[in-house]
Amino acid sequence: MQNLTLLDGQKFQITIQRLCRQLIENHDDFSGSVLIGIQPRGIYLAYRVAEELRKILPGSKIEQGDLDITFYRDDFRRRNSPLVPNQTKIDFIIEGKKVIMMDDVLWTGRTIRAAMDAMQAFGRPEKVELLALVDRRYSRHIPVAADYVGIEVDSIASQKVVVSWKETDGEDRIVLVSEAK
Amino acid sequence: MALSTRHLLGIKDLNRSDIELIFETADNFKTVLNRPIKKVPSLRDVTIANVFFENSTRTRLSFELAEKRLSADVINFAASSSSVSKGETLIDTVNNILAMKVDMVVMRHPYAGAGIFLSKHVKAQIVNAGDGAHEHPTQALLDAFSIRERFGGDIAGKKVVIVGDILHSRVALSNILCLKQLGAEVMVCGPTTLIPKYIGSLGVKVEHNLRKALNWCDVANMLRIQLERQDIKYFPSLREYTMLYGLNKQILDSLDKEITVMHPGPINRGVEITSDVADSKQSIILEQVENGVAIRMAVLYLLAGQQS
Repeated sequence: MQNLTLLDGQKFQITIQRLCRQLIENHDDFSGSVLIGIQPRGIYLAYRVAEELRKILPGSKIEQGDLDITFYRDDFRRRNSPLVPNQTKIDFIIEGKKVIMMDDVLWTGRTIRAAMDAMQAFGRPEKVELLALVDRRYSRHIPVAADYVGIEVDSIASQKVVVSWKETDGEDRIVLVSEAK
Repeated sequence: MALSTRHLLGIKDLNRSDIELIFETADNFKTVLNRPIKKVPSLRDVTIANVFFENSTRTRLSFELAEKRLSADVINFAASSSSVSKGETLIDTVNNILAMKVDMVVMRHPYAGAGIFLSKHVKAQIVNAGDGAHEHPTQALLDAFSIRERFGGDIAGKKVVIVGDILHSRVALSNILCLKQLGAEVMVCGPTTLIPKYIGSLGVKVEHNLRKALNWCDVANMLRIQLERQDIKYFPSLREYTMLYGLNKQILDSLDKEITVMHPGPINRGVEITSDVADSKQSIILEQVENGVAIRMAVLYLLAGQQS
């Protein structure tokens, strides 16, 4: 196993802050916008972005929810066993809102397709945008593109991109993991 | 994570982590059922046949709704209006249904072991929706799930009494197995003639006095007298049974604690339970029905997910 750190420490934090500023450019005070993190790992990104936005915009109400996509995946019955679902926690209506979906890593795009399906159970949003902390380029199975990208990574299928968070894993870090040859 | 079994024939085949996995999955489906849009696409390429050789209201509707909420294709079959009355055997009937490319069969049958027999002879996955006086696993799961919900997540150490016709009840056997597996204490209560002789070997207490049983328990699960399965007289009269084993407001109020009352349905109001008890706030009968759909969604989802 070979680990290559792509981003950590202060640079990681600067990237998050840059993404927040880009969001503010398009969403002003977030009165008509909501953040949705995709379970299981995208929720930490949404927590962090929401936390930063609350610091930058102390007067605004930043709404943020967790979305589980397990029941909407397209590989059910194509795996050996079903995936155990995570919690969906969205206590607001997204009807007519601008939704910013967030996931830590954008790879094949299938998760995003499922998330767009899953989201419909909560209403018809006015607009949906996608924010990905890591965009693994040239690996899409589905025509999906992110509106906001933390970093772009060129990688091959056998490699993995792992994002750790200060709150849950002890440190902020993005690592590219390769199998040893 | 996956279930340790390919079919759901009885609680006997499930271990504790299977039951917990079903509960955790059902928790998620329960939140889905409380959304404005209650449907998920998980089982969109699965076809399920509901094959009922015995009457049912709740179980059949609950299964059908669970299947539809999961986006499965559903066909319904009731033996009373079918070629079974022309002499077709069980295996032939089911194989003919399977020839129409069906993946799962939900079956209720008046004979114990029908689901087990079928699972050995056909390719589809079988879900037992009640076989004679043997097992009714999804009912036991939804009962335990409702108790877990009532007591904030833990069943271990809770005292549950099952009152009534234990001898003819598949709900009783499945409930005993499920609750014991989860660490609850179980007692059965009823007239001697309606308690199986060796029930003690399942590790349950036996009590013939309703008041004593109610004073002991946290939860009372009241069963219906299954007159359709009783070929001989097991007690002198229904009126006498009601006087000795019927749950009424008077007894309930005279207990020194507030117990939870359950009933798997259908209720014979005024026999095993009076209307004021069935409709009281101590009763979770309608919660049981609501949880039934979530539990059945969880079971179907977890079983269907094992197929490749």
